[in-house]
Amino acid sequence: MGHFTEEDKGTITSLWGKVNVEDVGGETLGRLLVVYPWTQRFFDSFGNLSSASAIMGNPKVKAHGKKVLTSLGDAIKNLDDLKGTFAQLSELHCDKLHVDPENFRLLGNVLVTVLAIHFGKEFTPEVQASWQKMVAGVASALSSRYH
Amino acid sequence: MVHFTAEEKAAVTSLWSKMNVEETGGEALGRLLVVYPWTQRFFDSFGNLSSPSAILGNPKVKAHGKKVLTSFGDAIKNMDNLKTAFAKLSELHCDKLHVDPENFKLLGNVMVIILATHFGREFTPEVQAAWQKLVSAVAIALAHKYH
Repeated sequence: MGHFTEEDKGTITSLWGKVNVEDVGGETLGRLLVVYPWTQRFFDSFGNLSSASAIMGNPKVKAHGKKVLTSLGDAIKNLDDLKGTFAQLSELHCDKLHVDPENFRLLGNVLVTVLAIHFGKEFTPEVQASWQKMVAGVASALSSRYH
Repeated sequence: MVHFTAEEKAAVTSLWSKMNVEETGGEALGRLLVVYPWTQRFFDSFGNLSSPSAILGNPKVKAHGKKVLTSFGDAIKNMDNLKTAFAKLSELHCDKLHVDPENFKLLGNVMVIILATHFGREFTPEVQAAWQKLVSAVAIALAHKYH
């Protein structure tokens, strides 16, 4: 389990406080589907994913992105117990959704990229380091119930 | 062999032409060393790497970052033939430098983040997709001569 220092926690929560979960969620999921097109296989029921603009404008992508990011927000309140926080979601992603855990790392990287776009210079190396640790922790927690 | 479409090549080269290779190189290598601290092991001779500000201000980091990114620029001129372009560097990183190829992916991800912080909204999903493809292909080319 990754250990988050007080600075890490402070950095993560202060940036999170400025994030519009709906916008960033939709953008993150959208970018995942554009940048790593094979991930579209998990979203057959989402309708039109035929181009980058179709994906980014797709209302189901936006809604689901918001759902995913809201869940991440819950994680941020529980940084010392990510495995506990994500236990049920881990089982869901393994047993029902059959998602390869590598995709959690990809989503984490896309989220870091979206934050970098939004925050620019404010996304300093130290801020990036804390967030990279965060997304790695979440990916690991989401994989922890896989069997 | 990775194939880049004309649009992908244009997305890559247009952003590249606006980049300051010296600054961006230093920032890329610096961020790698901050965000993934174990990578510091390859740079024992670089002096003070004791904190993010020490790393980012370290002249050897800046100089070597510039060297790495200049090499990246050569790759961009040879996007259809990355394996050949990086053949010698691949042998060097395996035989002399003993760098785990996983680190090439990490550096590639750091570069994507830096582009995102610099270019903001201009770093659209399509542009990100093209760059992600490029950094993955460079990582593969650099690993190609490993044995």
